[in-house]
Amino acid sequence: MIETALVIAFTLVGLAVALNLWRLLRGPSAPDRILALDTLYVNTIALLVLLGIHLGSNIYFEAALLIALMGFVGTVALCKFLLRGDIIE
Amino acid sequence: MLEFFLAFLIVAGGAFTFIGSLGLARLKDFYTRLHGPTKATTLGVGSILIASTIYFSRLQGEPSLHEVLVTLFLFITAPVSAHLLAKAALHLELPSLAPRPGQENPPRD
Repeated sequence: MIETALVIAFTLVGLAVALNLWRLLRGPSAPDRILALDTLYVNTIALLVLLGIHLGSNIYFEAALLIALMGFVGTVALCKFLLRGDIIE
Repeated sequence: MLEFFLAFLIVAGGAFTFIGSLGLARLKDFYTRLHGPTKATTLGVGSILIASTIYFSRLQGEPSLHEVLVTLFLFITAPVSAHLLAKAALHLELPSLAPRPGQENPPRD
């Protein structure tokens, strides 16, 4: 039963990643692209956790935590650049 | 019974993630698009991470609380990044579907 649920969830999250990529490539403005990138890494965390459940292994969790940390720092840096024109003043 | 609950959590998480990204791709202006992925983070990834916590706790026979760390981190950082994105959009004066204060007719597209 969990296997079937995992297949459905993999499909849905994969489609979500494809939609994010579409918005990342198309997005009319810079904040749109940053938002698409932000959503992309959150969805990648979901994909990695699903892969961890599928393989029954706990090691993908560290990768998910690293992506969460670095993605947040990247989003904040890009927004700061848009707001101030500079990251470190 | 627990298996059914886990399967439900995983499918619900996938569905919410998909709906959030669908909102990101389909909605009309940036401020409504900002609203979609917020659901994806809070409900979608949250329920997938809770399912992972329960699954590994049952598999190993002892509580596995790593995933709670990711959940907490995401729940703390997602509003901060959304706030910064909204500030950047207002700074760049992106077009909005809603009328500005003091403006009668909202500009279409």
